[in-house]
Amino acid sequence: MMWLKKHPSESEAEQAPAQQNSSAKNLKNWIEYRYPLFSTLTQQYQKFPMPRNVNVWWTFGAVLSVILILMLITGIFLSLGYIPTVEQAFSSVEVIDRQMPSGWLIRSMHMAGSNLFLAFLYLHLFRGLYYGSYKAPRELLWFSGLILLLMIMVTAFAGYVLPWGQMSYWAANVGGQAIAAIPWVGEGLTRWIMGGDAPNAITLHRYFVLHFVMAFTIIGVVFAHILFLHHVKSGNPTGVEPKKEETIHFHPYYTAKDGFVLAIVAVIMILLVFFFQDWLTSPENYMPANPLETPENIAPEWYFLPFYGMLQVIPFKFGGLLFAAGSLLLLFLVPWLDRSPIRSSRYRPLYRISLFLLVLAFVTLGFVGKYHSQIILIWAGRFALFYYYLHFLVILPFSNRFELHRSVPQALTNVAEKD
Amino acid sequence: MARKEKRIKWLLFGAFSGLIGIQPLAYAHNDAGNQDGKSQDYPKYQWRFSGPFGTYDLASVQRGYAVYRQVCSSCHTIQHMTYGDLMGMGLNAEQVQDIAEQDQVPDGQDAQGKTIYRKARLSDHFPAPYMNDAAAKAANMGHVPLDFSRLTLTVPGGADYIMAILLGYREKPAGFHFDHMNHYYNLYAKDKQIGMKPPLQANQVRYMDGTKATIEQEARDVTTFLSWTAQPHLIERHRIGVRILFYSLFMVILVYLVKRKVWFNVRK
Ligand code: HEM
Repeated sequence: MMWLKKHPSESEAEQAPAQQNSSAKNLKNWIEYRYPLFSTLTQQYQKFPMPRNVNVWWTFGAVLSVILILMLITGIFLSLGYIPTVEQAFSSVEVIDRQMPSGWLIRSMHMAGSNLFLAFLYLHLFRGLYYGSYKAPRELLWFSGLILLLMIMVTAFAGYVLPWGQMSYWAANVGGQAIAAIPWVGEGLTRWIMGGDAPNAITLHRYFVLHFVMAFTIIGVVFAHILFLHHVKSGNPTGVEPKKEETIHFHPYYTAKDGFVLAIVAVIMILLVFFFQDWLTSPENYMPANPLETPENIAPEWYFLPFYGMLQVIPFKFGGLLFAAGSLLLLFLVPWLDRSPIRSSRYRPLYRISLFLLVLAFVTLGFVGKYHSQIILIWAGRFALFYYYLHFLVILPFSNRFELHRSVPQALTNVAEKD
Repeated sequence: MARKEKRIKWLLFGAFSGLIGIQPLAYAHNDAGNQDGKSQDYPKYQWRFSGPFGTYDLASVQRGYAVYRQVCSSCHTIQHMTYGDLMGMGLNAEQVQDIAEQDQVPDGQDAQGKTIYRKARLSDHFPAPYMNDAAAKAANMGHVPLDFSRLTLTVPGGADYIMAILLGYREKPAGFHFDHMNHYYNLYAKDKQIGMKPPLQANQVRYMDGTKATIEQEARDVTTFLSWTAQPHLIERHRIGVRILFYSLFMVILVYLVKRKVWFNVRK
C-alpha cells in the first residue's frame, strides 16, 4: 500500500482500505509489543547494512537460498509419487515422469536444481577462499557453510540412489565399498549402514529417510548461517570493513541486484529443464538396478568427480579415502592456516595465482575421475592432488613471506578498480 | 601500472581457460577409440526430434505404434507405458479407448487359479507377451527381449542404431561362422550376429493413412515411435520451453531496468 501514499487524493477517496489498514496496524502493534517481529525483520532484511561495493560473487548466497526452496517444494511433490521399495522405486519414478500430471516438469526441475545447487555452492565457496571471507570474525559463518556443503553432498548422493536405476545402485555400492576400506571397522560399518553386504531394500529405505531428513535439516543450518552472517555482516571485495557511511540498505539495493542475478539463474534453469534435459541424466540410470551386471563405466555426477578422482589416483583404497575426506576437512582449518594479515586476494598477487592453480588442480582431478583409465592421467591426477594439499598446507600459511605487497586501500570508496 | 595489472589478469585468465579447454580435447580422441571397439559406424539420419528444438512427426509415431503392436510386441515390452499415454501421439480419449479395447490384459485370477482377462482400459499398462522372465527366456534362447520404455536413451547410438539393426540384415557371406545357435547375420550387430530374426517385411502392416509400408518406412516409423516412448513429453517440453524462455528473458530485462533505476544514485 506504500505506493498509494504518493497520491493523497486517491487514498482520501478510499475510506474502506484505510480502515483495513488501521486494523492491520493494530494487529501489527499487538504482535510487535509481544515480540518485535516486524522491527527485527526491518532491521535484519530491509535496513540491513551492506557494503556498497560488493560484486556479483555476493549474490550467490541468495541464489542458493532460492534453489534450496525450489528443491524442497519440488522434492515434496516428488515424494508424493515415489515409492521407496526395491520392487517399485524405479517404476514409481517412471509413473512420476510419464503419468503424473506435470511430473516430468517437477522431476526435471529437481534434477536441474540439484546440479545448479552444487555449481553455485562451489562458486560461493570459491568466493570465500578468494576474498578471505573465512577470516576473523567470520569463522563460524565459514564453518556453518562448510557443514552445509557436507550436508548437501550427502543429500545429493542419497537422492541419486533413490530412482534405483543402474547408476543409483552402483553408486550406492561404490559408496559402501569406500567406507569398507577403513581398516578394522570398515566392513562392519558398511554392513551396519547398508543393512547388508550389498545395497538392498533396507539400504534404499534408509537413503530415502536420509534424503528427506537431511533436506529439511539443511534449512536449520542455513538459518544459523544467516544468523552468523547478520551478526558479523557481509564482507566485501576489498577485505576492508566498511565505515557506516560506506554501507547501503539491503533493500532495495541488494534485493534488486540479487533479483537480477536470480532472473539470469532462472534462464539457465529453464534452458536445462526444457532443452538440455539429457545433460541432467545419465542414460544408464534409465535401466533398472541390476546387481548382477556392473556397468562399464561407473562415474558419479560431475560434482563428485574431483573426489572420485582422488580415490582413483591413490593405489590404496583407504589412502584414497583419507585424501578425499581430508581435502574437504582441510577447509575447516583454512581460517588458521591463512596467516596473512590481508584478507582479499586482490592484494595478494602471488597467492591469487596459487588459487587459480588450485581450481585448475580441482578440475583436473574431476577429469581424472571421469577418464581414469589412462596412466598419464593418473599421474596428472596425482600431481593435481599434491598441488591441492600444497596449496593449503604450504602456500596458504607461508606465501605471506614472499608476497609482493600491494597496498590495501583505507576505505572502500578509494578503490577505483572494479572487480 | 593498472593497465599492466589488467594485462596480467587477462593473461592468467586466458592461460587458465586454455588449460581447462585443452583437457576435454585430449579425451575426445580417446572416446572415439572406445566406440570403435564396441559398434560399427552406422548411417546417421536427420531425425526431426533430435536437438534442443526437436519435435515428433506424430503421424509417423502413430504408424510406428501400429508396427510395434503388430510386430515387436509379440516379444518386446514397453512396461512403463499405459494406453492413456497414447493420447500423447495426438489421439483423443475415444480413439485411444478403441485401441485399448482391442487388447486383453490379465486382471487377477479366478477360483481355479486361472488368469482372468478383460479388455484393456486407459489406465492399464501395456501387457507383456510372456507370463514372466522365465517364460521369456525359454522362448528366446535364454535372453529376455529388451524392454522398449527408454530404449533410444539407453542403447548406444540411440535411434540411428535401431534403424541400423532393423535394416542391417543380410545374407550370411560365404565362410561366415556363427558363434551362437539360431542367430542371424546383421551388419550392425555385435560380432555381426543377432538372435532376433528379421522382424520387418514389406506390407506386413497396413497403414491406415495409406502410406506405403516398405521395410524402410516401417523401420523409420517404429524408430520414431520408440524415440517418442523414451521421451513422451518432448514436444510439450520444447513448446512450453520456448514460451517460458522468452518470458524469462523479458523478465531479465525488466529486472535489470529496475536494478539500474534503484542503483541510479549510488556513487560507485
Ligand atoms: C545451502 C547452502 C548455503 C546457503 C543457502 C548460503 C547462503 C548464504 C547467504 C544468503 C549469504 C549472504 C550473501 C552472500 O554473501 O552471498 C552467505 C554468505 C556467506 N556464506 Fe553461505 N550459504 C551456503 C553455503 C555456504 C558454503 C558451502 C560456504 C563455504 C564454506 C559458505 C560460506 C559463506 C561465507 C563465508 C559468507 C560470508 C561472505 C562475506 O560476506 O564475506 N556458505 N551464505
